[in-house]
Amino acid sequence: MTQSSNRVDLNPTSTISGFEVRPGRPLPFGVTAVANGLNFSIFTSSGTSCTLVLFRLGEKIPYAEISIPESFRVGNVYSIIVFGLDIETLEYGYRIDGPNSFSSGHSFDHSKILMDPYARLISGRDFWASDPDWSDIYPYRSRVPLDDFDWGNDKQLEIPPEDLIIYELHIRGYTVSTTSESKYPGTYAGLVEKIPYLKALGINAVELMPIFEFDEYENSRDHPETGEKLYNFWGYSTLGFFAPKAAFASTGTIGMQVDEFKQLVKSFHSAGIEVILDVVFNHTAEGNEQGPVLSFKGLDNKVYYMLTPEGYYFNFSGTGNTLNCNNPIVRNLVLDCLRYWVAEYHIDGFRFDLAAILGRDPLGYPLSNPPLLESLAFDPILSKAKLIAEAWDAGGLYQVGTFPAFGRWGEWNGKYRDCVRRFLKGDEGMVGELAQRVQGSPDLYEASGRSPATSVNFITCHDGFTLNDLVSYNDKHNDANGEFNRDGGNDNYSWNCGVEGVSGNPDILQFRIRQMQNALSILMMSRGVPMLLMGDEFARTQGGNNNAYCLDSPISWVDWSLIQSNQELWSFTQALISLRNLHPALRVNSFSDSGSKLLGLASSSFHGSIPYQPDWSNSSKQLAWLFSCDIDIDQSCESDAVYVITNMSQFASWFDLPQLPESKTWSIAINTGDRASPFAKNSGSPFTNSGLLAGEHSVIILTT
Amino acid sequence: MSSLSFLEKTYLNWSVLSVDGQIDSKTVGEFKEALDQKLLTSKCLAIDLTLVRFMSSAGLRALLVLHHQTSSQGLSLVFVGINEDIQDVMRVTGFHQHFTLVSSLDELQPAVQ
Repeated sequence: MTQSSNRVDLNPTSTISGFEVRPGRPLPFGVTAVANGLNFSIFTSSGTSCTLVLFRLGEKIPYAEISIPESFRVGNVYSIIVFGLDIETLEYGYRIDGPNSFSSGHSFDHSKILMDPYARLISGRDFWASDPDWSDIYPYRSRVPLDDFDWGNDKQLEIPPEDLIIYELHIRGYTVSTTSESKYPGTYAGLVEKIPYLKALGINAVELMPIFEFDEYENSRDHPETGEKLYNFWGYSTLGFFAPKAAFASTGTIGMQVDEFKQLVKSFHSAGIEVILDVVFNHTAEGNEQGPVLSFKGLDNKVYYMLTPEGYYFNFSGTGNTLNCNNPIVRNLVLDCLRYWVAEYHIDGFRFDLAAILGRDPLGYPLSNPPLLESLAFDPILSKAKLIAEAWDAGGLYQVGTFPAFGRWGEWNGKYRDCVRRFLKGDEGMVGELAQRVQGSPDLYEASGRSPATSVNFITCHDGFTLNDLVSYNDKHNDANGEFNRDGGNDNYSWNCGVEGVSGNPDILQFRIRQMQNALSILMMSRGVPMLLMGDEFARTQGGNNNAYCLDSPISWVDWSLIQSNQELWSFTQALISLRNLHPALRVNSFSDSGSKLLGLASSSFHGSIPYQPDWSNSSKQLAWLFSCDIDIDQSCESDAVYVITNMSQFASWFDLPQLPESKTWSIAINTGDRASPFAKNSGSPFTNSGLLAGEHSVIILTT
Repeated sequence: MSSLSFLEKTYLNWSVLSVDGQIDSKTVGEFKEALDQKLLTSKCLAIDLTLVRFMSSAGLRALLVLHHQTSSQGLSLVFVGINEDIQDVMRVTGFHQHFTLVSSLDELQPAVQ
């Protein structure tokens, strides 16, 4: 007999339904392994009884139901320790009884078996797009993983935010194509195989589109014309906040997704790359009044969801329901969840989908000091994790620049995206705003004491056109989504460069490449945190589809053969990233930096054809900026300066260069107008002329 | 009721335990028991898993525990003949890095004691 089982508090006190049990510990919620048993703990504020339902792995019918005695309830928490369970083959759920009336907002139903909201392992969708058994009485099943992964010395990388270069990707879409030549296509392990590639590209953070367990069959349907099966491919609809998606694991069919995902994080960390998760707390997979009862609805509908006074679900997420994030119970759930991913999975940061919802009160009104956002900002376990908000929601709340940040939160800068897109296509009236955007958007963030790295700068992301499509299509082409091209945004600010879509015209194709180079150049030469979309570095296309959320097809998959056909763009992107990493002037993370005293230059300054004389007129389509700083290296001070000339007009223009001290000269690092050699292969050749001609629609980058 | 069968022999100076069957939560108990017995008498332990077609998470974890036991006692441990599917699982879940694997007994060199 082990020492621990000699303890009185670890022995059964009674037998229920043939199982030895004792009163459990109410915290932590979920299931915790204790000596010889498992501690189950579940919250319900209005439920009147709770039954623990036990299944053997994959069996249709439960093998046991244990009615938890009222004497085991503490406050609103039922907890029980059950002895002698086999952790590896156990699936469990709950039945909760209680009131059920639409007008009261309660929807308890003892006939439903509910998933544990704290389930850390979920079975039921173990193999991607394997047709489910629709008659299953318990389709998504809570399981219990072991937290025994050997992390060695691994920890969060804690890369300073201003040094990050983020790469957004979808686990399945990234490697499932045969062109990826992956041993483990479409999985966590498949992504690990790509680490050398990502390392060579130079990025130092991956942002993974949702990996919390979701159901690809949620709202799945057949395309009305082609009959193609359409899925919930992106996964922005969470089933389990604590569980990695099983079907994204090559080992999901044997329930080892926890280990496989941890191995992914560990592998990325050993390559110096952070792992950021795209998390969806604004709604769940339970939908609206017509949606299924899977967990929260049957556990405590009124607590977990925002309901109208009549009992309907508020729909600020645009997907049916809205999680009641500023209810203290839900707030704790979110906090527990993020702490778990940081502590147990070593996750480096989070990007919060439709984060503006997290700042709404239970009736949907925006709060000035949302307690959830404050809790996350000051949490001791999350203190080194990046917190990045998508600072808007589908209910019309747009908070880019005003998101309640508590000194901690970064933002996806949608204004950066729109401004740069419009400038690139040659819209008038953009240079004034562009000057703000490339500095890290001081107009949005400086007054509230935030820094340039608050701004996650991006031109493309999963939502919308890829970079290639941005320069190849004026309009969206979403027919494959089966919604008659009605879905997806219309405010793309894109320009097809002369012909809509595929073109055989070499001049147009060359021009598109140049426009992509221009876009990437502006992105990498901006202060703030640049974010790339998977495959943009080799001109990935979705054929003009700007909302491929439901497509599990070559449209949404990365086609790795493009890396050969677009080698020039790939090398260019790599050179740009390398340039950014070399030049601290691009990564200054203060709006009040004093610039370079050694060079006699301000931290940032703006220029036109004549230095220090930018053309701010409405018709101007040109802007040059000079970033500089001094840095201390090994007790000596060195200077850095980068000069960026952007000309998006239809005409070439002469630009005189700002003067440097005599000991310094400019070198051309990038010239997208130079078809044969858009980037310097070595350190750049010294440039002694007083100025240079910037071609139409081109970007020139000079460094000291 | 599934069960495992075991065969013990000596190869060079290795004490070999050959296992036949499926190692999962149902059989992992007897697997661990057999390993514990071997640990009492062997300094150089080779676990031959050539005839093991499937190993669940519980089986892999039993191997990991054995690895830690042998490391802490200064014993030699090698796994023999683990099939490619199981090796794949070990690779992608991080178990692989801890173990010494050979494809057959023929590859074994005399252990340094």
